[in-house]
Amino acid sequence: MQLEPVIGLEVHLQLATRSKIFSGSATRFGAEPNTQASAVDLAMPGMLPVLNGYAVACAVKFGLGIGAQISRRSVFDRKNYFYPDLPKGYQISQFDAPIVGRGNFEISMQDGSTRSIGITRAHLEEDAGKSLHEDFHGQTGIDLNRAGTPLLEIVSEPDIRNAAEAVAYLRALHSLVTYLGISDGNMAEGSMRCDINISLRPMGNATLGTRTEIKNVNSFRFVEKAIHHEVERQADIIEGGGNVVQETRLYDADRDETRSMRSKEVANDYRYFPEPDLLPVVIDEAYIEAIRGELPELPTEKRHRFREQYGLSNYDANVLSDTRALGDYFETVVATCQSPKISANWVQVELLRQLNRDDTAIEHCPVSAGQLGGLILRILDNTISGKIAKQVFEAMWKGQGSADEIIEQRGLKQVSDGDQLETMVDAVIAANATQVAQFIVANEDKRKKLIGFFVGQVMKLSKGQANPQIVNTLLAQKLK
Amino acid sequence: MAIKEDEIEKIAELARIRISEGEIGQVTRRIAEILHMVDQLQAIDTHEVEPMANPLDANQRLRPDTVTEDNRRDSFQAIAPATENGLYLVPKVIE
Amino acid sequence: MYDKSVAELSQGLREGQFSSLEVTRSFLDRIAALDGNLNSFISVDEGAALRAAEDADRRLAAGDATALTGIPVAHKDIFCTEGLRTSCGSRMLDNFIPPYDATVIHRFKRAGAVMLGKTNMDEFAMGSSNETSYYGPARNPWDTQRVPGGSSGGSAAAVAGRLTPAATGTDTGGSIRQPAALCGITGLKPTYGRVSRLGMIAFASSLDQGGPMARSALDCALLLNTMAGHDPQDSTSSTVPAEDYSEGLDRPLDGLRIGLPSQYFNEGLDTATGERVRAALTELQSQGATLVEVSLPNSALSIPAYYIIAPAEASTNLSRFDGVRYGYRCQDPVDLQDLYSRTRAEGFGEEVKRRILVGTYALSAGYYDAYYKKAQQVRRLIKQDFMDCFEAVDVIAGPTTIGPAFALGAKIDNPIAMYLEDVYTLAVNLAGLPALSLPAGFVGGLPVGLQLIGRHFDESRLLHVAHRFQQATDWHLRAPDTIGSEAAR
Repeated sequence: MQLEPVIGLEVHLQLATRSKIFSGSATRFGAEPNTQASAVDLAMPGMLPVLNGYAVACAVKFGLGIGAQISRRSVFDRKNYFYPDLPKGYQISQFDAPIVGRGNFEISMQDGSTRSIGITRAHLEEDAGKSLHEDFHGQTGIDLNRAGTPLLEIVSEPDIRNAAEAVAYLRALHSLVTYLGISDGNMAEGSMRCDINISLRPMGNATLGTRTEIKNVNSFRFVEKAIHHEVERQADIIEGGGNVVQETRLYDADRDETRSMRSKEVANDYRYFPEPDLLPVVIDEAYIEAIRGELPELPTEKRHRFREQYGLSNYDANVLSDTRALGDYFETVVATCQSPKISANWVQVELLRQLNRDDTAIEHCPVSAGQLGGLILRILDNTISGKIAKQVFEAMWKGQGSADEIIEQRGLKQVSDGDQLETMVDAVIAANATQVAQFIVANEDKRKKLIGFFVGQVMKLSKGQANPQIVNTLLAQKLK
Repeated sequence: MAIKEDEIEKIAELARIRISEGEIGQVTRRIAEILHMVDQLQAIDTHEVEPMANPLDANQRLRPDTVTEDNRRDSFQAIAPATENGLYLVPKVIE
Repeated sequence: MYDKSVAELSQGLREGQFSSLEVTRSFLDRIAALDGNLNSFISVDEGAALRAAEDADRRLAAGDATALTGIPVAHKDIFCTEGLRTSCGSRMLDNFIPPYDATVIHRFKRAGAVMLGKTNMDEFAMGSSNETSYYGPARNPWDTQRVPGGSSGGSAAAVAGRLTPAATGTDTGGSIRQPAALCGITGLKPTYGRVSRLGMIAFASSLDQGGPMARSALDCALLLNTMAGHDPQDSTSSTVPAEDYSEGLDRPLDGLRIGLPSQYFNEGLDTATGERVRAALTELQSQGATLVEVSLPNSALSIPAYYIIAPAEASTNLSRFDGVRYGYRCQDPVDLQDLYSRTRAEGFGEEVKRRILVGTYALSAGYYDAYYKKAQQVRRLIKQDFMDCFEAVDVIAGPTTIGPAFALGAKIDNPIAMYLEDVYTLAVNLAGLPALSLPAGFVGGLPVGLQLIGRHFDESRLLHVAHRFQQATDWHLRAPDTIGSEAAR
């Protein structure tokens, strides 16, 4: 029996507000424990929530970004449960009337194909604090700095069929929300956390199997691993004739396994009801239109445009539109050098490699897009070869100047002077009599290889500065 | 519907209120009386009546996204039962 | 001195007849002498009161005074006061010293009023007799064997006993009006959203409203002027501009239409109390008002609707009391569940626990629609009844309570009987309307109250009608001759 995984994702996205969703505390990451927890965040008696307007704007931006229904009237509810990181004993969330309704999201797979993933809803809610389990004499320490940080919970339809699609969905979501500027998307700081709902069913079967929920997976790689692991686990159970138990599981990255969270199995009854300290959020057409006017070009739109305008491949268009900053960088390079193809190569290969190596964000790239464009211009006008250009780029990365300055200072200009090159070619022929003798008797294939050898020797002699095309022509003449 | 002791025990667990063996009988009886009293609502026809959560039917105001709170940890933790290194302490939480 | 009204004290202070320090001392002395019998205060901070009085005297001398500068006021112990224990009548908060002021407290401080202390109340405002207080019941100054009403019983007793010229209260289902009626003072529950709830410890968020308690409508108006107004830190606070509530109180009542709901003069009403209320209405009629029969057909449903909505909201509002960040924490909890369930079992009293359990039940899976949603629907029907009446009348009037103050202990073991005590007051909270109780006479030496209910934000009219009544009567000027053991002295 062939089994098909059915996967839905709930993404908790931390919104890029300065202050919390219901209080005026800062949301800065990494502050000393409880220094960003106000009386409201601590649920001091008599304290009341007031809604942050920017959090609402972020949610509406997201809704417009996926073409979803924006609720003209949405309601906050209390989700009641006791936990030390939840000071009020309830989380303010949205249950019946979320701010963003149904929408659709197009994701692009590695092979260039696209899939459409349904978005069930997205709602605003507050984050909880953190429990620190290091030993405080056998006790747990509670830090409430994060309590009240605004989250947008984005719930997908169970439209995802495998780990690759899940990761593609998350990447696309990450790209969208950073484009929109509604989240910094910093996974390491928990700005995007994911719950995975997963079940298996016989291929072609319409009814869903029993699902498990894997909580709080916070990197693309772990999502992939957790899904692989959980699919395998459930398949083993079903194939062994057993039944999957509906439960919440935790992905343990260290052991690469999911395990049951028994402590959460005490039947929860969240007793949702409308939060009486907040009133319904009513937004009108004018508000929505104003936000629509602020929307930037979205990743899908940019991807399409890159293909059309620059003739890029699907793959290149995908990579280069991944973030707004990278897309902007690429377009500035093109504007400087007028060559989309070489620009695309340089940005994807050299630039991204260096950024990765130094773990630097594009926003902090030491080589500006204009500078890179300037370097490419020197390749295009044959001042330097591609190979030398890489050296120049290294130097530029270290802040040693512009392409022209470095070429000038180091005398890296390509040698295209016929006399100079002829002298070098002659010297190489004279020094390699054995190879010349072989060349004379060699067949076509062997000759090609030997020409390569001679070119290499000339390049070595010229410290890489010889114009390879002219060297080729000269060698062909001399060895005839 | 008369509520039973085991239901009260379940509710008390949800509400995190310990009820002793000795109290449960009386607690259940009194709550049953209250529920009996409120049950008269069941006879009322409220078909198509919009529930009213707020007496003024007003809408939410939005606050500007500005940081207005300073760090007041010391004064907040001065009244806390147990803290250490700026953290509130509770008995060990087992995940 | 202690027999003067807020208006008289305000005038005297500004004319320099006496200082705030003298006024404050005289009330502090009276509290020291008599509160042993009334138990109307939970905390008194003499030092802070005297310092505030000195500040007020400087302000008065500088000509920078408001109507309340230098006036002693007592606050219900539900309003958070920075640096002064705010217990909410509960063991849970017996050690709670807030690091902030409620907006109401802040406004009184800004006006230059002098805080005498914090008044006794039913625990978390849940009760109609003050008997659920962790600090023992406040007593009715007219008969200390009787209850002062609740939950703002301490405030009512302190005003009636002349231990303070005025006080604040809160009203979730009648908690200002009922004790005002039973103690023979004037109390106003404003429109929901008129007075900020920030820093006022929540019982039922969609019903709670703070308001003034004093001897006269004029005094209540002076207090409301300070209390009312928009608070950006309370999402449910109204942006409708506040008024000068002491303006135009002397206008005649000509043309006023007063609606008398048949449901408020039914068999549940004590006969003698009904007579006093009717006599009061006759007085208003003689001043030019027209009395009109009206009907509030769903009014009997206010009790069941209230006893679902209020406990449901309370059950979650009180979840924050968990022994982690402030307040009571049980000794040596063995684990987290033990910390929660024992802290809450030991920190809350019986009535509070009962309401938390009822509310938890009403919100729990499978019961939400039958209870909470149903009650919210009935709530709309109840509000609609009032809206329909206000098409025909300007004010609705009736008794505040079913009878005069009952004996301590008479109803405490019978929750349902205690709940029925609020039969005439609950609907007003469900509908969010303003309502006022004023002294209408005496039954067997105990005061009873006339209740006036107005349209949303029509506090001015209620104060106007009450003031005109008080210009023609002296019920509100009557004071108990002796208080408790003072009689024996």
